[in-house]
Amino acid sequence: MKILLPALSPTMETGNLVKWLVKEGDDVLSGDILAEIETDKATMELESPDDGKIEKILVKEGSENISVNTEIALLSVEGEEIEEIIEKPIESSTPVIPNGADTKITENNISTGSLLKDQSDSLETKNWYEKEITMREALNQAIEEEMILDKDVFLLGEEVAEYDGAYKVTQGLLDKFGSKRVLDTPISEHGFTGLAIGAAMSGLKPICEFMTFNFSMQAIDQIVNSAAKSLYMSGGEINVPIVFRGPNGAAARVGAQHSQCFISWFSHIPGLLVVAPSNARDAKGLLKSSIRNPNPVVFLEHELLYKEKTNVPEENDFLIPIGKANLIKEGSDVTIIGFSMSVQRVLNALPSIEKLGIKPDIIDLRSIKPLDEDLVYKSVKKTNRVVIVEDGWGNTSFGSHLSYLIQSNCFDYLDSEIIKVSGKDVPMPYAENLEKLALPNTDEIISAVKKVSYTN
Amino acid sequence: MNKKISNSFSDDQLLKFYEKMFLIRKFEEKAAQLYGAGKIGGFCHLYIGQEAVVIGILSSINSEDTVITAYRDHGHILARGVDPKSVMSELTGRKDGISKGKGGSMHMFSKANRFYGGHGIVGAQVPLGVGIGFAHKYRNEKKISRVYLGDGAMSNGQVFEAFNLASLWELPVLFIIENNKYGMGTSIGRSAAGNELFERATVFGIRGEKVNGMNFFTVSDAAIRARDYINNNSKPYIIEMDTYRYRGHSMSDPGLYRTKDEVNKMKEIDPVLMMKKSLLKEYKFEEDTIKDIESDIKKQIKDVEKFSLDSPLPDIKELFTEVYL
Repeated sequence: MKILLPALSPTMETGNLVKWLVKEGDDVLSGDILAEIETDKATMELESPDDGKIEKILVKEGSENISVNTEIALLSVEGEEIEEIIEKPIESSTPVIPNGADTKITENNISTGSLLKDQSDSLETKNWYEKEITMREALNQAIEEEMILDKDVFLLGEEVAEYDGAYKVTQGLLDKFGSKRVLDTPISEHGFTGLAIGAAMSGLKPICEFMTFNFSMQAIDQIVNSAAKSLYMSGGEINVPIVFRGPNGAAARVGAQHSQCFISWFSHIPGLLVVAPSNARDAKGLLKSSIRNPNPVVFLEHELLYKEKTNVPEENDFLIPIGKANLIKEGSDVTIIGFSMSVQRVLNALPSIEKLGIKPDIIDLRSIKPLDEDLVYKSVKKTNRVVIVEDGWGNTSFGSHLSYLIQSNCFDYLDSEIIKVSGKDVPMPYAENLEKLALPNTDEIISAVKKVSYTN
Repeated sequence: MNKKISNSFSDDQLLKFYEKMFLIRKFEEKAAQLYGAGKIGGFCHLYIGQEAVVIGILSSINSEDTVITAYRDHGHILARGVDPKSVMSELTGRKDGISKGKGGSMHMFSKANRFYGGHGIVGAQVPLGVGIGFAHKYRNEKKISRVYLGDGAMSNGQVFEAFNLASLWELPVLFIIENNKYGMGTSIGRSAAGNELFERATVFGIRGEKVNGMNFFTVSDAAIRARDYINNNSKPYIIEMDTYRYRGHSMSDPGLYRTKDEVNKMKEIDPVLMMKKSLLKEYKFEEDTIKDIESDIKKQIKDVEKFSLDSPLPDIKELFTEVYL
């Protein structure tokens, strides 16, 4: 048996043979130390791979920069013919990093692309029995309906059961489903999120509520490393059908640690779906779709929207597909893109924009990942101007990525720079006036629209 | 050695357990060689020295029970009955690997064999395993979730959150601490305050004990006691296994934090050799019976090696599959 210079670290390419601890003719046992090898990281001991006799030493001690896999000695092993590892060229094509013309393969949505197929919006336009309710009630209905339909769905989180939900989204569910399916947890996000993900790995469908998404940071490792990656790491064996939900973004006057938007954080992670509804109807249809989805879904609500009302279908089959944006106002002059709370901010600015004689397309993205790129590009190719409004910090943000996507897909159609109105790059201040300034406001949206429209 | 319970194993069962221990030992030695030859990349954490733990626990497992562990997982997935060829092919990063070459040494799973990984973040598998136990209870299944963790994980916050939840919600979970004395290069004395590690769970109302993890029979006895306790009381249980790893933390570990003497002293109670001795002396098996098992395993490992090197690399289209379902 040939003894080759082994790779003794993930990065080692060459090594130095510091010292032989055996000489030719020595009998050795499997595991005996044969030599000391200096690697790029440390001095390591080379163990004998088998019982046998050192026939020949091929590389003298003190030799430096010996390549990995160089033959350094011969070992004769009793009862074994001299046999080598069969060196066979690996058959499959060597991975080729796509270059130039093929770069399409590396683009953002390739892995989510398959999720967008076969989704029709026919359900949205069907004639439903509808009733005007708040987003809070809509979310509650979605959870209740799905829990009735599927006994594998359960809800856990802080104060979701006996307290009726910190924001009353889960009101009454304990009474309807009992403590086996509606569970109050200790204040222990890292633990209960991991528990929920483990339950999802075994086929249950947890709805894991964060009292607010600020606390999801306690559990970020479980969300990113366990929930998002398991399907891929297991070669498709283990999926994680879970919904992480709760209020996200800035509420009102609750200070820096309780006011932040995590859309950019979660949409960065392959393996997570990210949904952020702006109204009650969408919230219900999207939450129902999220609970039924076999992937981990981060469902970002907004506390200030909980009380807002729209007409909402009261039917089990009402679903809004994940990955479909909504053109909530059709115009011709500029595309304004928002999601969650920022849609409200755009709508607040709309009267002033219209006064300027500007007719915008307003897009509510609803899903951040997968992203409805088709709808966005169609609109941009029509209006040639874009304003993106996001509550989160603008530094390396989702809005930044979206403007990259638009410029690379609609470059020839753009008549102006893309303007992004984001949260300011500061921790959220407490004082009322400062808090207002830290978030995107009506004036900023109006001046962005004016700027891309070259209007004074 | 308390042999009252272990003695109830049949001859075939005992030989099977020895065969599995020997398989893990030889598999890991081969993995070390293939790593040295550059056929296995990245991190590779070997189980050599700890085999009695996983096989002792195996002796108490019913095939429907679930298992989850951290990154030193080759022994655990082999014990669960997954084909060594698909495990080795995962280490070599090939198409026929159990995770299609996309997981690697630390990320292997098999639903069919009730093995839930293979997790690379110290401690993270513990709440996950408690969640699997939660699912057993939720579905009224008579199953136990076995959750392995190292001594290093016993200072990790989420582990205590998981203990609390498991005890609070009375989940059928067996925690198994594999205390091999070092979290990477930091000895337990330098990382853990207080007394025995398992006592850290007892404050949550979880019963437990510490046992000799170098001996199949002591592990097996404790594993059966724990199983019966969990089944009878519907509560979690914890066992701390006093064990040792002979190799480094991973392949690139020069082991400067412990002495050669210490390692050699522990090799005198090598769990594979100890079980073999027991089978020959106390159970009076023929020397040839054991030799035949060993030579069959050695032959099998050669086939495993060849298979894992012949298997092609994953197709490049695999890059983008299985990110979403």
